[in-house]
Amino acid sequence: MSSPGADETEPWPLWEVFVRSSRGLSHLHAGSLHAPDAEMAVRNARDLYTRRNEGVSIWVVRSSDITASDPDAKGAFFESPRGKEYRHAGYYTESEGVKHL
Amino acid sequence: MAPAATPTQRKDVDPVEDPAGRARFDELITADQRVEPTDWMPDAYRKTLVRQVSQHAHSEIIGMQPEGNWITRAPSLKRKAILMAKVQDEAGHGLYLYSAAQTLGVTRDRMTEDLISGKAKYSSIFNYPTPTWADMGSIGWLVDGAAICNQVPLCRASYGPYARAMVRICKEESFHQRQGFEILLHLSRGTKEQHEMAQESVNRWYAPALMMFGPPDADSPNSAQSMAWNIKRFSNDDLRQRFVDMIVPQAEVLGLTLPDPDLKWNEERGHYDYGELDWNEFSEVLKGRGPANAIRLERRRQAHEGGAWVREAAAAYAERRRAMAEKASAEKVQAA
Ligand SMILES: [Fe+2]
Ligand SMILES: [Fe+2]
Repeated sequence: MSSPGADETEPWPLWEVFVRSSRGLSHLHAGSLHAPDAEMAVRNARDLYTRRNEGVSIWVVRSSDITASDPDAKGAFFESPRGKEYRHAGYYTESEGVKHL
Repeated sequence: MAPAATPTQRKDVDPVEDPAGRARFDELITADQRVEPTDWMPDAYRKTLVRQVSQHAHSEIIGMQPEGNWITRAPSLKRKAILMAKVQDEAGHGLYLYSAAQTLGVTRDRMTEDLISGKAKYSSIFNYPTPTWADMGSIGWLVDGAAICNQVPLCRASYGPYARAMVRICKEESFHQRQGFEILLHLSRGTKEQHEMAQESVNRWYAPALMMFGPPDADSPNSAQSMAWNIKRFSNDDLRQRFVDMIVPQAEVLGLTLPDPDLKWNEERGHYDYGELDWNEFSEVLKGRGPANAIRLERRRQAHEGGAWVREAAAAYAERRRAMAEKASAEKVQAA
């Protein structure tokens, strides 16, 4: 979608909303909404996703601006960590019983 | 027409049959995992969800009207603030659900069109009028109560965006039911007239609330498929029974009776038996011949058409700002 109002099937674009629930935490995806521009998207997001103090900060991004990994290539794309259990602490068992390790 | 696809929405609304995609879909359903917008899905699954999620959204939006009706006449400032917060929540529920439906490749405008043209359905419960303040209590206690029974299992629905919207909604619903219960409790313990008002209201809402779970299992042809797809988790009759078992003891706390002479504890079943419901009335109301169908739709149409200039102005403003920003950055490049 090039700009708001440009597509007659959907005059307002879709936005993805990310909410930080409290200082020190990451912004997490809360949902999406419809709004004509970024400023209105932030305001709508406040009304829609933080009616009960769920957030101290909001990010919005146009859904069409998100670049995603190819959903059809799941297996191949995420294959590399498989078989590499040595990247996890649980792989190392000989230190069992040793304190502070 | 399908909206421009984004990574959060489906792009192929009529997917070609894809054996690998179907195998993957079946695998996800069998493993009770979630299906996401960009996954391949059978067209019937997508259509069922579009219908269910948009009807659900419409119900939340139309559902604002019977209660909105009482905001200006709430008996105290506290009750008014509570009622406004509840009605605002329902607007929010509608918007979460419209967004979830959009991920399936249907536009918001299309859904709105279908609602105000009378093509789309919504929950028949909102076509009953709210003549007394006690109805705010009955709606919260019985209507939101039945909605919660229906919605809690939907938090595990197989379609990810729908399930996530339901989680958010369910978190907010419990306040709705409790505030309704409290309204009835205060009336029931109030003057004789107040008590009678509460009882009269519960008498009107009991049967329609039970019918919210939909027709009996034997007459609910689409249920089996929805259950096979893990969209629906319990049958209409199972959910209705669960609800009846919940509200009988609650009515006792309220000091109110439920208008059903057949309502009694069945030791053998471990459930309350309840009387036959008037399914003829249900289908009449669903077909648009309920007491308030015409008013609800007309009101929704007026609101939508009356708000057209706001949507147009907001879009024009956004476009103008975008154009100005573009021009400014072009001039900057030229100056440099
Ligand atoms: Fe709701
Ligand atoms: Fe509610």
